[in-house]
Amino acid sequence: MGFLILNRVFQAALVMIVVAMAAFVLSNYVGDPISNMVGQEATQEDRDQLREDLGLNDPAPVQFVRFIGNALQGDFGISYRLQRPVSDLVAERLPATLELVMVSAIFALVVGIPLGIFTALYRTFWGSRLILTVSLAGVSLPTFVVGILLIYVFSVTLQWLPSFGRGETTALGGWTTGLLTVDGWRAIIMPAITLGLYQLTLILRLVRAEMLEVLRTDYIKFARARGLTNRAINFGHALKNTMIPVITIVGLNIGGLIAFSIVTETVFQWPGMGLLFVQAVQFADVPVMSAYLVLASLIFVLTNLVVDILYVVIDPRLRTERRVKAGV
Amino acid sequence: MSALLEVKNLSVEIPTRRHLLVPVDDVSFDIAPGEILGVVGESGAGKSLTGAAVIGLLEPPGRIGGGEIRLEGKRIDNLKYRELRRIRGAAIGMIFQDPLTSLNPLYTIGRQLSETLRTHQPLSETAAKARAIELLDEVGIPAASERIGQYPHQFSGGMRQRVVIALALANNPKLIIADEPTTALDVSVQAQIINLLKRLAADNGAAIMLISHDMGVIAETCDRVAVMYAGRIVEIGAVRNVVQAPNHPYTQGLMASIPRLGKDDARLAHIKGSMPRPTDIPQGCAFHPRCPKRFEPCDQKRPELMKGDSSQAACWLLQREADQ
Amino acid sequence: MTDQQAHIPHQSLGSRMVDGIRRFAGSDLLYSFVRQPVVVVAFLITVIFILAAIFAPLVAPHDPFNPASLSLMDSFFPPSWVEGGDARFLLGTDNQGRDIFSTIIYGARISLMVGFAAVVFSIALGVLVGLISGFVGGWFDALLMRFADIQLTIPGLLIALLVDGIARTALPSDMREEIAIYVVIFAIGISNWPQYARVARSGAMSEKVKDYVASARIIGTPSWVILLRHVLPNILGPVLVLGTIGLALAITSEATLSFLGVGVPPTTPSLGTLIRIGNDFLFSGEWWITLFPSGALVVLVLAVNLLGDWLRDALNPKLR
Repeated sequence: MGFLILNRVFQAALVMIVVAMAAFVLSNYVGDPISNMVGQEATQEDRDQLREDLGLNDPAPVQFVRFIGNALQGDFGISYRLQRPVSDLVAERLPATLELVMVSAIFALVVGIPLGIFTALYRTFWGSRLILTVSLAGVSLPTFVVGILLIYVFSVTLQWLPSFGRGETTALGGWTTGLLTVDGWRAIIMPAITLGLYQLTLILRLVRAEMLEVLRTDYIKFARARGLTNRAINFGHALKNTMIPVITIVGLNIGGLIAFSIVTETVFQWPGMGLLFVQAVQFADVPVMSAYLVLASLIFVLTNLVVDILYVVIDPRLRTERRVKAGV
Repeated sequence: MSALLEVKNLSVEIPTRRHLLVPVDDVSFDIAPGEILGVVGESGAGKSLTGAAVIGLLEPPGRIGGGEIRLEGKRIDNLKYRELRRIRGAAIGMIFQDPLTSLNPLYTIGRQLSETLRTHQPLSETAAKARAIELLDEVGIPAASERIGQYPHQFSGGMRQRVVIALALANNPKLIIADEPTTALDVSVQAQIINLLKRLAADNGAAIMLISHDMGVIAETCDRVAVMYAGRIVEIGAVRNVVQAPNHPYTQGLMASIPRLGKDDARLAHIKGSMPRPTDIPQGCAFHPRCPKRFEPCDQKRPELMKGDSSQAACWLLQREADQ
Repeated sequence: MTDQQAHIPHQSLGSRMVDGIRRFAGSDLLYSFVRQPVVVVAFLITVIFILAAIFAPLVAPHDPFNPASLSLMDSFFPPSWVEGGDARFLLGTDNQGRDIFSTIIYGARISLMVGFAAVVFSIALGVLVGLISGFVGGWFDALLMRFADIQLTIPGLLIALLVDGIARTALPSDMREEIAIYVVIFAIGISNWPQYARVARSGAMSEKVKDYVASARIIGTPSWVILLRHVLPNILGPVLVLGTIGLALAITSEATLSFLGVGVPPTTPSLGTLIRIGNDFLFSGEWWITLFPSGALVVLVLAVNLLGDWLRDALNPKLR
C-alpha cells in the first residue's frame, strides 16, 4: 500500500516537473519578456541592462532552477496586462473558481449517481429511456449554450437570478466565500448548473453502464442464488463495485471541470481563474498563462492522487499488496 | 409424491430479434430426497438453463415457456419474486462454475457468509459469525476463525470453491444445484471438491443436481443421469445402466469418448459433426443428422422418452425393438 | 477468419478498402440504421447541414458579408413571424443588418470546415504515430504512448487554449487574423490525436505478429506497404466511429474557442462567433441574434453525436 502510493506521488512529481518546464519555456522563450515590460521609448542599453538584471542571460538550467524556486514561493512575475503581481491576482481569483468547481462537482455527483443507478435498475421503464435520451442531448449541449439559455430564461425573462458575478461575498482570512450569503448562493446556482450539467450526464451514463456490467457478473448471480434481497444485491454488492471505476473517471473529470470553468466564468463574468486565463490568452499575457498552467496542473495532479488513495481504501485487492496466497 | 423435485414438460424460451429460441424443450425429470442426479451434455445442450430455470434465475429475456416445477409437491415456477427469493439459498442452494468470480471481491468471506445466514434465519451478528466459522470448518478450510476476515482474493481457487460450497449449504438446503462446480479447477482439486460436496449432501440429507459436461465425473458421483442433447433429454436412467448399456446412439457415442485415465481431451471424437445451434434444430430427432443408426422415422417425427431395458431413451430404435 | 487472412496479401489496397467498407456496411448495420428513426433523422439533418454549408452562396437568401448589400436600416429586425419582423429576413437581422438565417448558413460552413479539418488532422497524426509506434515497438513505443497517456488526462479545451495562446504570443499581430483559422484547426486537432493513435497502435500490434507479415517481409515488401495495405483497412471501423464523435467534439470545441474570443475572427464568423456577438444583445431583448445560432449549433452537434453513438453500438456486437 505504501509502495503504491509512493509510486503515485513520484509520478505526480514527474508530471509537475514537465508542466513546470513547459511553463518555463512559455514565459522565457515565447515572445520577448523584455519588450513586454518596458515601454517603446526604452533604449537598447536599458533593455540589455534589464536583461542582465533579470538573469535572462544566464544558462537555461540556471534560469529554470530560479524559475522553480520562484514558483515554489508563488512568484510568477508581473502580469503584462494588469501590471500587478500574478500571485496577487491568483490569490484573489482562486477562491471563486474552487467554490464554483466544488459546487458543480457535488451537484453532478448528487444528481448523476442516483439517476445512473435508477436507469440501470429500471432499464425498460419509460422514465429511464427518457432520462437517457435527455442525457444524450445534455452531452451535445455546449457549456456556453447552456449558460446563455439559463441566463435568457432565469435572468432576462423571469428575472429570478443574477446573470453575472459572485453576489455578496464574505472574507474569511485570505479566502473570500460566496457560500455564506443568500445572495452568493443565488449567484452560484446558474454557473454551477452550467458547469456541472455535462459532468452530470457523463456520470449518469457511466454509472448506468458500470452498474449494468456489474449486475451481469457471476457474484451478483451467486448473490441472487443465495436468496439475498434486491436491496442487499443492488445497493450492497453492485453499487460498491460500480463505484470503483466511477471514482476514477470522476477524479479525471475534475480536470474537465477546471477547464470548462473557463467557459462558465466567461459566460457569467465569474471573477475566477478561468476568466483571468481567457483574458491572458486574448492579450498574450504570458506570466498569467504560465501561472494558470502550473496551478491547474497542480490541482489536477492532487485530485488524481486523492483518487488513487481512495481506490486503495475501497478495493481490498490493492490494499494487501502482494501478500503470498495462503492455503491451497 | 415422494419426489423432492419434479420437473414436468419444462421449456425455456429466449426471444431474440429474429427468432424465438427454445434452448430447453419439453424436459421432464424428478429427483428423490438425497439422490444425486447428473445432467450431462455438450455446452449449449440446455443443461445450465434447466438448472437456472429450477431456481428461477433465468436471465432476461430468457423465460420459462411452459411446463411446471414442483419442490416437495409445491409449484415454484410461478411464484412471486418475494416467495421465490425465500426458497433460493434456503431450500435450494446453487453452486456455479467459476469460484474465482462467484464471490464479491470487495467483501470479506465472513461478511458474505453471515449475510447469507441472516437473510434466511433469525440469527444475531455473533451467532451468525460463529455459524460461519463452523461452516468454513466443515468445508475443510484450516484456521477458519482467522480466515473469516479475509477477502476472496486471498484464497486459492480450490479454497474459494470450498467457500462457495459453504455459502450454498449455509441454510441446509434440501436441493443443491451444482453447475459445473469443478470445471474451472485444477484436476488435482476436482476430486476433493466433488467428494466434499457429496459428503456434505449426505450429512445433510440433501439431493444434488450435478450439471457437467464430464461423463467421468458424473459416472463416479451420481445415482442417476440425464443426458441432454439440443435442449432435450435423450436418455435418463441409473448411472450404472446408462454407462454400461446406453440405449441412445448419442449416449453410446458419449460413452465411447470418455477419456481414459491420463488421456484428457478425446472428447466426442467418436461422433461426427457437432450439435445444432438453437437457431437451426432439425426436424424429427435432433440427433438424426449425426446418427449412425438413423432410419425412416428419424428425420420426420420426434421421439419421446421410451422405456428401454435398462433406461429410458428418446429413440425410435427402442420402438422398433419393442415392435419386433 | 484464418481463411480470410491467408489470401489477404494477394489483394490490392483498393480491393481491401472496398472489402472493409463492405464488411462495415454489412446487413446488420443497415438493419439497425433503418430500424431507428431517430438515427435516420440525425443522418438527414447532418446531410442537410453539410449540403447547405457546401452550397452556402446558393442556399443563403442574402450575402451577409458583402458590405454593399447591407444596410443599417435593416438592423435589429426580429424574426419574420414576430411583430415588427420583415418577410425578407426569416430569422431576423443583427446589429449590422445581416440576415441571421444567412449568417447561420455561412457560420455552419466555417464550423463544419474547421471541424472536418481538425478531425482529419487528428486522424492523420494519430494514425501515423500509432502505426509507427505499434510497428516499431520498444522504448520508442513506450515513450510515445506515455506521452499520449499524459495528454489524454489533460482536457482538450485547455490544450487548445494554450496552443492558441502560444500562437498569439509568438506570431506578429498582423498575421494573427489571417492564420487564426489554421491555428484553431491545429489547436483542436492536436488535442485529440491520442485516441486515434491508440486504435492504430493496437491494430498494428495485433497484425504484425501474423504470419503473412513475416512472409511479406521475406519477399521484400517494405514495412510501410504492409501497414497501409493490411492494418489500415482493419482499423477503418473504429476510426470512423471515433472520427464521427470527434467531429461533434471538434465543432463544439471550435464554437467554444470562438465564443471565448480566441477562435476564428469575426470577419469570417463561425456559429460560435455568432453566438458570442449575439450574446451582447441578449439583455436588450434581441434574443434571436444569439439563440438561433445556438439552436443551429446544438442541432448539428446532437445529430452528429447521435450518428456516432449509433455507429459505435452497431459496430460493437457486445452491446447489442
